[in-house]
Formats: sequence, structure tokens, C-alpha cells
Amino acid sequence: MKKAKISGVGCYYPDNIVTNDDLAKIVDTSDEWIHKRTGIRKRRLSTGENTSDLAVMAAKNAIKNAGLIPEDIDLIVLATTSPDFLTPSTAAIVQGRIGAKNAACFDILAACSGFIYGLKIVKSFIESGAYKKVLIIGAEVLSKILDWNDRNTCVLFGDGAGAAVFEAAEESGIETVNIGTYGDKADLLICKSHPLNNPYYKEDMDTFGKISMDGREVYKFATNIIPEQVNLILKENNLKIEDIKYIIPHQANLRIIETAAKKLNVSMDKFYVNLNEYGNTSAACIPICMDEMNRHGLLNNGDKIITVAFGGGLTFGAALIIWSK
Amino acid sequence: MILEKVKGIISEQLNISPEEINMDTAFEDLGADSLDLFQVVSEIEDQWNIRIDEVEKIKTVSDVVNFIENNKQ
Repeated sequence: MKKAKISGVGCYYPDNIVTNDDLAKIVDTSDEWIHKRTGIRKRRLSTGENTSDLAVMAAKNAIKNAGLIPEDIDLIVLATTSPDFLTPSTAAIVQGRIGAKNAACFDILAACSGFIYGLKIVKSFIESGAYKKVLIIGAEVLSKILDWNDRNTCVLFGDGAGAAVFEAAEESGIETVNIGTYGDKADLLICKSHPLNNPYYKEDMDTFGKISMDGREVYKFATNIIPEQVNLILKENNLKIEDIKYIIPHQANLRIIETAAKKLNVSMDKFYVNLNEYGNTSAACIPICMDEMNRHGLLNNGDKIITVAFGGGLTFGAALIIWSK
Repeated sequence: MILEKVKGIISEQLNISPEEINMDTAFEDLGADSLDLFQVVSEIEDQWNIRIDEVEKIKTVSDVVNFIENNKQ
């Protein structure tokens, strides 16, 4: 059976760097408050680029990094919570703009766990033989769905995109992916879509299109689910934490990662963290990390990495990838 | 007994010595911010299988101990 081997990574984010001090001019907050509670120092915010614009650039970079051309790609899976349109899918827009005319395309919505859900799809589709060269993208312009009056949420997020190419190969690749959902906790992190507004019913417009979150409950969920999912991956693959070169966690909050590290009894050195630079870019966090790590030469062939995420849904997931680029 | 367990949880979560903690200790005086308090409350909820809804009303160690005494099963 062929495996899904990683062959390219890429990322892209808007040029506009927004510091905590910059945000303090917009909402009642401070660099000290934000940094102490989240680890975030700055984030990128769009000055006009939409989700597909970021996704196109990340996709081009990943395809180039894989040594391929867009026509080689036979499937594009794009994870986003902030699509340009309800239809067409953002994946379809990317396909048209990069000229990946041989690719089938769809978006998936699993909030901050979107990239891990995408890895499950990629693994299944490549191992089944259905597709051979798959582009997976996590892209977000979350700034368009943030409540810029809510200082508890608007400081946490950023805009960005990351992408990876996976190819059918004999070598190692995506070894295990576990995904799950606690739908009974769906109301803890929400962003309402369109109001029901038709000739027979009128809904209040005010609460639509903005992220709201029960921070405490999501924090508790996150600090429990990271160690649980990492331990499950280790157990299923008969590995010890020492066998893992890096854990790439969803970049929501440094304190969440520190608490998870403590519960797993591992050093923070094992966790790759860049949220200080970009904040939480939801589905884009993990591929952005992978691309950075690749560019910084942190990954060698044969390295085992675990990536783990959690988000609205509540969704969660983790994957074991053997780096073999 | 409850106090001792609560002291253990606070000292582990906030990295301070249990001797620094007594019934009158305010979390604010321990340098704890809202996330530290989340962490302490989460551990307490799991230990005693209870649910503390109004975390903002928890100011001191005695608030925690009293809540546990009144709500534990």
C-alpha cells in the first residue's frame, strides 16, 4: 500500500504586522496583559487580501517546494473557517488561480483542527489509490469575523495561510491520524452564519458573523485534549515521547501549550511555537509551522513529528508524520 | 483535609510553596491571573467532581474551600 509522503510545504501571510501596542489603540488592552496570558506579541492582519489570496500564495510556494507544477495536483483540500464565499469553495478559487486544472476541489470546516482533518482525508484518499498528488491548504482571514469590540477574543487571532503537498510513495509519511468532535459542546466557540431573513421570518442581525468563545471552557478542553491525543498517538504506534523530534501544537495560547507540556512531563523544547509572531491563525497554524521548521532546517528525513489541534466544534485531532521530504 | 488538598493543587499550579498558602490567602496576592485561576478551578472540579460556574466570585482560598464543602457529593 502506498503512503502519503510529504513532498512540499509553503506559507504566506499579509505584510501588515500588528503589535499588541497597536491593538491597545483599538481596544482596552496592553502588551503586558496580552503577552502574559497568551504569549502573543504580534500578528498579521489583512489590509485587503482575502482568504483565497493568502491560500493561492501558500499553495504556489508549497507546489514549488515539492518540485511540481500546478497541473500535477489531482486534489485540493482547503481547511478554513473564513472562506471568501459560501459558494464557490475557496479551494475552487485557488484551483482556478494557480491553474491546477486537473484537481478536484473542496473545502472542509473543522475550525482550528481543520488541517488535521485534512490530513485524515489526504491519508485515506492517497492510501486508497484515489488520488496521487494532493495539495492541502489551511487559510484564514479571521480578522473579518472577529468582534473588534471584544478585547478577550480580537487580540488572539491573526491572518495567514499554510500549505503542504503529499504524494503517493513507498516511503513513510502520514502514519496515523485521529480526529474527533464533541458536538454537545458546539456552543462554546461559535460564529453565526447568515441570519434567517426571508418573507416569512426575520432574525436579529446583530449577533451574526463574529467569533464568540467561552474562554475558560475552551482552555480547559485544550489543556486536556493535547496530552490525551499525544498519548493516544504514542500508544497506537508503540512509541515513547523520546522518539518524537517535535510536537507541533495548534498555536492558540502559550499557556495552553505549557500546561499540556507539564501534563505530558516533557520539556517545552519539544514543542514548536511561533504564536508570539502570528497569534492564532486557526487552520493555518500547523502548515505555517511546518514550512517554517523546514526552512529553518529543523527537520531531517526519518524524524517523527506529532501535530495536535483543537478548536470550535469542539473538534480535535492529532497525527504522526514521519518527515521524508 | 480539603484545605490540604486545595493547598497542594494551588502550590502545584502556581509553583509556590504550600506554606505560603492559608485560608485567608487571596489569589491576587499570589500573583495569579485569570488563567492561573482557571487552572486551579479546573483541577478542583476534576478532583471533587463538581462544577464552579462563577469563577469571578472566587477571590481567596477560603472561597474555594467553602465552595467545595457546600457542593461536594
